[in-house]
Amino acid sequence: MVLDVNWTVKWLTLCAQAMAEHRVELIELDRAIGDSDHGENMDRGFQAVLDKLSDSPPETPGAALKLTAMTLMSKVGGAAGPLYGTAFLRAATSLGDSPEIAPAAWAGALTAARDGIVARGKAEPGDKTMVDAWTPAAEAASQAAADGSPDALTVLVAAAEAAEAGAVATDPLVARKGRASYLGERSAGHRDPGAASSALILRAAVKAAA
Amino acid sequence: MKKLINDPKSVVDESVQGFGQAHADLVTVSADPTYITRKDAPVSGKVGLVSGGGSGHEPLHAGFVGRGMLDAAVPGAVFTSPTPDQILPATLAVNSGAGVVHIVKNYTGDVLNFETAGELAEAEGVNVRTVLVNDDVAVEDSLYTAGRRGVGGTVLVEKIAGAAAERGDGLDAVASIGERVNSNVRTMGVALTACTVPHAGSPSFDLAEDEIEIGIGIHGEPGRHRIAMENADGITDRLLEPVLTDLRITSGDKVLLFVNGMGGTPLSELYIVYRRAAQVLADRGVAVERSLVGNYITALEMQGCSISVLRLDDELTELWDAPVHTAALRWGV
Repeated sequence: MVLDVNWTVKWLTLCAQAMAEHRVELIELDRAIGDSDHGENMDRGFQAVLDKLSDSPPETPGAALKLTAMTLMSKVGGAAGPLYGTAFLRAATSLGDSPEIAPAAWAGALTAARDGIVARGKAEPGDKTMVDAWTPAAEAASQAAADGSPDALTVLVAAAEAAEAGAVATDPLVARKGRASYLGERSAGHRDPGAASSALILRAAVKAAA
Repeated sequence: MKKLINDPKSVVDESVQGFGQAHADLVTVSADPTYITRKDAPVSGKVGLVSGGGSGHEPLHAGFVGRGMLDAAVPGAVFTSPTPDQILPATLAVNSGAGVVHIVKNYTGDVLNFETAGELAEAEGVNVRTVLVNDDVAVEDSLYTAGRRGVGGTVLVEKIAGAAAERGDGLDAVASIGERVNSNVRTMGVALTACTVPHAGSPSFDLAEDEIEIGIGIHGEPGRHRIAMENADGITDRLLEPVLTDLRITSGDKVLLFVNGMGGTPLSELYIVYRRAAQVLADRGVAVERSLVGNYITALEMQGCSISVLRLDDELTELWDAPVHTAALRWGV
């Protein structure tokens, strides 16, 4: 499997599909500890990404991610817009102009995305935010990429599984950043919507390679 | 869900269009991206004031665009902050060359989007200052949360900073007046019912018939704790006490008392709350010099209210009294 621009566009298309399919589920998660808008905003944002991709087809994976970043930043709103916008922008920058993403470069892009989210949102692991999905994902991808000569799919799967486990692990946490933090102890017992949507995005990357 | 809407996805656009038509003498509505500007913007030599945030809090912010208050309002989707591609053109449209003050309620999304727009505006040569409003005493622990939220005090910051800009204060002076209002106002709210976000279709939290939620914000997000329903005087005391304690209000202080409705509570009940709050303040030797009662910063159709107390000095009182001509606040004109 080669992670080229076609894979990237397929990944983003599957992200849009996942956001549409899980729109209500994300709204419900956000309804419990936030303000009920996350599923709606992510759905609207990724539908806009699809429009942009067909209007001006990108030539490299990095260009596709940059287009995604600018669109999410201008269409999603809330905290998720700037945070995902920054994540995709940093990932795009780390990939540069290369036509293909090597396994190690994917790990590098996820690490750059995670660092961008941390810099913008000032959240740390354990604060019950999307950082709790991106940090284990970046670490798992880096570890998988360092093990011998892995194929791309192995690294994508490692990241997706770690993100999903990270999202589940936010359930018992008490939120310390974002809107759920106003609930204090009562935020425990609910999954963080941002971590959940992050896991969907990284699972879509696996499906695009399957 | 029963609402006077056509399509959940077009709620904000259609509402803003109607607002523009109803108040065509005061505002201009720009579409794609959506923002509302004062009819005569930019006003020559005047510092521009821009605020914005999620929709669903009407009349905030568009209802406060006009002479003596905001130059532009930027509405996001319901309960979702607006995006930099809206905030930037609004900022540029009201800049006369004297600079622009962004009034931002302290929520992660609003802060991030206004921060980005502010950087972009600076890159285009506009001086931008930001006044962050965080008057909500319900958030007890600022260290382990995103910090106190901007709630009722926002209306007072917009009115008073708007009057300072209108009388010709410079950029730093207008921002500094806004910060002074913010540091002298505290607010606490209560919900008797939840509200329903149009695209979500069901109430934002579940509250039993005999329960109330103390310490709610303005997004239908649940508060710090819920208690059994009490009478109006009891609830008023619960809201007012932490406000007065946090603001260290003492005998001899002069204040503005603001009882704000969340959208679904009748004015008659707001006046019952006002009555009790005024009585408590009088008992403590505090002079209520100015008042505001009504639905000014709401959470859709939520039943409930918030109480804000602003400590006044002569200058803040004079700026509060200055003429204002907007859709939702109008006096002295």
